[in-house]
Amino acid sequence: MADPKALYQEVILDHNRKPRNFGRLEQPSHEAQGHNPLCGDHLSLALNLENESIAAIAFKGESCAICKASASMMTVAVKGKSRKEAEQLIEEFRGMATGELDCGKVPHHLGRLLVFSGVRDLPTRVKCAILPWHTLHAALHSVASTSTESGDDPMHAPIGNA
Amino acid sequence: MSAVRTDVKAPAFDVERIRGDFPILKLEIGGKPLVYLDNAASSQMPQPVIDRLVRYQTTQHANIHRAVHTLSEVATAEYEEARRKLARFINAREEREVIFTSGTTDSINLVMHGFGRKFIGAGDEIILSTLEHHSNIVPWQMLAEEKGAKIRVAPIDDAGELQSGEYEALFNPRTKFVAVTHVSNALGTITPVRQMIAHARARGVPVMVDGAQAAPHLTVDVQDLDCDFYAFSGHKLCGPTGIGILYGKAATLERMQPFKGGGDMILSVTFEKTTYNTIPHKFEAGTPPIAAAIGLGAAVDYLSAIGMDAIAAHERHLLEYATAAFSRMAGVRIVGTAANKAAVLSFVVAGVHPHDVGTLLNQYGVAVRTGHHCAQPVMQRFGLPATSRASFAFYNTIAEIDALVDGIRNVQKILA
Ligand SMILES: Cc1ncc(COP(=O)(O)O)c(C=O)c1O
Repeated sequence: MADPKALYQEVILDHNRKPRNFGRLEQPSHEAQGHNPLCGDHLSLALNLENESIAAIAFKGESCAICKASASMMTVAVKGKSRKEAEQLIEEFRGMATGELDCGKVPHHLGRLLVFSGVRDLPTRVKCAILPWHTLHAALHSVASTSTESGDDPMHAPIGNA
Repeated sequence: MSAVRTDVKAPAFDVERIRGDFPILKLEIGGKPLVYLDNAASSQMPQPVIDRLVRYQTTQHANIHRAVHTLSEVATAEYEEARRKLARFINAREEREVIFTSGTTDSINLVMHGFGRKFIGAGDEIILSTLEHHSNIVPWQMLAEEKGAKIRVAPIDDAGELQSGEYEALFNPRTKFVAVTHVSNALGTITPVRQMIAHARARGVPVMVDGAQAAPHLTVDVQDLDCDFYAFSGHKLCGPTGIGILYGKAATLERMQPFKGGGDMILSVTFEKTTYNTIPHKFEAGTPPIAAAIGLGAAVDYLSAIGMDAIAAHERHLLEYATAAFSRMAGVRIVGTAANKAAVLSFVVAGVHPHDVGTLLNQYGVAVRTGHHCAQPVMQRFGLPATSRASFAFYNTIAEIDALVDGIRNVQKILA
């Protein structure tokens, strides 16, 4: 049994209270909507890709604390990164959240994002943490909207049911 | 001789003694005593029911209705005895009106296939209510799509009460069926089913009641209700999973077509023609969940020994206490405030998503449900994506509600 306190750490509570890069972008080059129909979490993500690097990024939405903090920390982590680096991070975050990636053994670039590693023991909350990353993946691939429940989604992780 | 004694009363409702019957309630979750408030999703099983399952499995098991050997006869007798117990529990006129299914969902699908597909056609109308669980919506939508029939929905008001006037206004000569819940799983509303059934029957329209949330909390009398069908699940009634009941009036069941084909539901089979068995067997194809049926029989014995009225009274006390405590908490809003409610308390905490409420309450050992409760139309009606829901059983205590309230205060401290 995971200790949920380990999940609701101060960093996460702080990003939930004061989300970074929260708002809209003027004329983004890429954007996408993320939706989890099971709990109603909804996120819109916009970014500006300049020379294949993320020059600006912002998100808005209604969601649980885990999802909001994950989105906030994601925007901080990928801002200034190249598309390739961002995609690598998406893969690593997903691996960490689902437990497929052993962060103790395999080298990775997750850094502070490791605070979310606790979700892997809370299967019903994995999707909350992944949704923003899911949405970033869709935006980078010019998919207008994505859902945690769409089968064709490359990030689809069929776990839990709210 | 002495006068009538007035000092001998029925034993008072002794919740601590009752809790002693439920081994799972002794568990700790993360070092905290389990406070199980997710009874609307599934209830826990008392030792006498567990013992009954063990006794069946260790000394009575064989297939039923098939062989002449002793064990098969014992198993058949016990299975049919369970049917009698269930018939008594809901006051069915006859045992053959009680069909064993795998649960409420299965019961509703049986009615849809057995009755709906035979008697509902293009242009016909089926009345549901906003309060329905998805399992009492989706089968009817499938039927409507197949037949070109239409779904009409009786609305609720801001308290979550079903609007009788608007329900009655939905009737017209095309109305062919009503499927309505007795108690809302998402809000706890007890609907005025008795009057709703009377209104429908006066117009020759059959009614199916989804009793999944009513059977565990209220005395159900299907003859008094006068419904054509009544569906409920064993696992919400201190029984096992994989078993449920469909009550149907004998005359209505006789007119229906079978839902599933197979063994046990036939009298004779040739490749030219099959003659179906009589009710209830016509609707029990294949080997049924025999152990689960017998376990459910033991569960209703257990509940009846405590008394459904005593259970309802204790749960009413819990609901009133919890409602008053929640009303005093700033930032907490109860969703569903019908005057007549069963032991369900749906709520939202300002500024905190229900998922976070559920995950954090679990930290204090408190198990609640969060989400849309398989009743998305109810959530849409209140403009909410989800709520948290505490649902009580007769083995819950005032101290457990205090634990819930303390837990919510802590959630607010952490997140709000
Ligand atoms: C009102 C209502 N109807 C139907 C069901 C479906 O019951 P089951 O899943 O046991 O088939 C439920 C259970 O959640 C319910 O609460």
